[in-house]
Amino acid sequence: MNVIEVRELTKKFGDFTAVDKISFEVKEGEIFGFLGANGAGKTTAMRILCGLSKPTSGEAKVAGYDIYKQAEPVKQHIGYMSQKFSLYGNLKVWENIRLFGGIYGLSDKQLKEKTDRMLAVLHMEDKRDTLVDSLPLGWKQKLAFSVAILHDPRIVFLDEPTGGVDPVTRRQFWELIYQAARRGITVFVTTHYMDEAEYCDRVSIMVDGRVDALDSPSALKKQFNTTTMNDVFYSLARKAGRGE
Amino acid sequence: MKQFQSFLKKEFYHIFRDSRTTITMMVIPIVLVILFGYAITTEIKSTRFVVFDQSKNSTTQRIIDRLAASEYFVIYKQVSSYEEIETLFRKNKIRMAIVFPPDFEENRQTGTEVQLLTDASDPNEATSLVEYATTIINTELTKDYIVSSVGIKPVVRLLYNPQMKDAYNFVPGVMGMILILICSIMTSVGIVREKEYGSMEVLLVSPLKPVYIILAKATPYLLISLVNILTILSLAYFLLDVPIKGSLFLVIMLSLLYALLALTLGLFVSTIAKTQQAAMLICGIALMLPIILLSGMMFPVENMPWILQQLSNLIPARWYIVALRDVMIKGLGVTEILPEISILVVMTLVLIVLSVKRFKVRLE
Repeated sequence: MNVIEVRELTKKFGDFTAVDKISFEVKEGEIFGFLGANGAGKTTAMRILCGLSKPTSGEAKVAGYDIYKQAEPVKQHIGYMSQKFSLYGNLKVWENIRLFGGIYGLSDKQLKEKTDRMLAVLHMEDKRDTLVDSLPLGWKQKLAFSVAILHDPRIVFLDEPTGGVDPVTRRQFWELIYQAARRGITVFVTTHYMDEAEYCDRVSIMVDGRVDALDSPSALKKQFNTTTMNDVFYSLARKAGRGE
Repeated sequence: MKQFQSFLKKEFYHIFRDSRTTITMMVIPIVLVILFGYAITTEIKSTRFVVFDQSKNSTTQRIIDRLAASEYFVIYKQVSSYEEIETLFRKNKIRMAIVFPPDFEENRQTGTEVQLLTDASDPNEATSLVEYATTIINTELTKDYIVSSVGIKPVVRLLYNPQMKDAYNFVPGVMGMILILICSIMTSVGIVREKEYGSMEVLLVSPLKPVYIILAKATPYLLISLVNILTILSLAYFLLDVPIKGSLFLVIMLSLLYALLALTLGLFVSTIAKTQQAAMLICGIALMLPIILLSGMMFPVENMPWILQQLSNLIPARWYIVALRDVMIKGLGVTEILPEISILVVMTLVLIVLSVKRFKVRLE
């Protein structure tokens, strides 16, 4: 079953077509990599799916709801984490959890259980009363991801979630993504790291506002006759007409 | 409701953990009131003067005693030459000198002269000093000679502020300025910060209603404004002897209405500004200067050119200051300040509509 369905989605800013009639589906429970060079339109497309931006034309359904006409139920069923923001720095760990739990309407009992379980999984039980600012970046991002799926959304959107962290922490972060996927949460992730693209079930590559390739990493490599996702990406990105 | 509570809690944590900003917000009003109250004042107090008395009789002595006894003047010393006066002026020891001519007493009937010397390098002060001293001297002179005065003598009574205290004027003015600055800067910076950090996106993706974000941002600052209102009022009342003639409750409600207006103004600024610095500049400069210059806080609106008078109508502080003076100093009631209250309410509503519209536009 498809948890995201996009039909001919277009977004124009004046004369500039940021997203050009893209169509694709994301299946329930899969890890979907959304790749593209800077300026290819992937952030714009993702913002539309999250309800942060309105499309110029075309339609999209997220978790079965029309993003345009049923924005409120969509919000209940998605989680979102961006690279730019990971939690409030001058709030303690548990205060951040309680804040977002409260925003998503969890009861106090649910919140307590979930907080305990989450901190145990992250091995952060002793960090409960620590200000988020004093945690290392990698920890913050793992925590931010766990908070983004606190309300058991059907889909979680991750916007370059591992920007700026070391390879070990990135690996640990992907462990969390796999755990979430095993729980049935669909993961929609943008990234610049091609090794991360290999971890995805399927990837799409955007060039100049269009989706130029969409398949599993192994199928893509076979199609482009190479052994790495890097090469796949380069051979597509080279065709790009617009720069940064 | 739970959403709102959680978000409101977060706002309070932000404010209390950023203790430097919070303390600044509490201390600035105190500093400003004390500054305006004591340092920046046009009132004359304990000015030192010298006397060059060439007549030396009971009348001159009485005038001197009278001057020295007033709170405006303190006698520095008696001198015996103009040179001495000149030296003291140059050394900045005195601000005024009084010279009684040798024939002071003889000419009493035909009109005698007293010379007042002041340092006119500060013209305002010099003028006031002359005015104060002349009044005192004249009262003393006319005391024993009930001159069958020809013509009409104006009898002046200063209503509401008989001692002509500056504080009566500037306390409402300072409140008008501080409340709008603190409320608008804090709200706009608070909202723009979320945009800058990217947390606004996360909040907008969540089911949290934008109106809750706005309300939760405004609530803590409204409370801080209440603290500020109470601090300024108590400083004014206990330290500067400004009376609160009207109802204290009305003063506080009026000030809260004005603070609410300032919050919506900050909200509106936050829909325009992209960075915290921009928000601070817009509130700090674009709001502060018009308030100081056009609100009637410093310069009477009636004396302005027509176009500036029209402009000053748009300044919320103007209406608040007028209403606050009416209640605090004149002791008027709510019916008398209804026009000002309605203007402030209308301004608030307009700003709310404008900002909510712009806030929504920004989501798209």
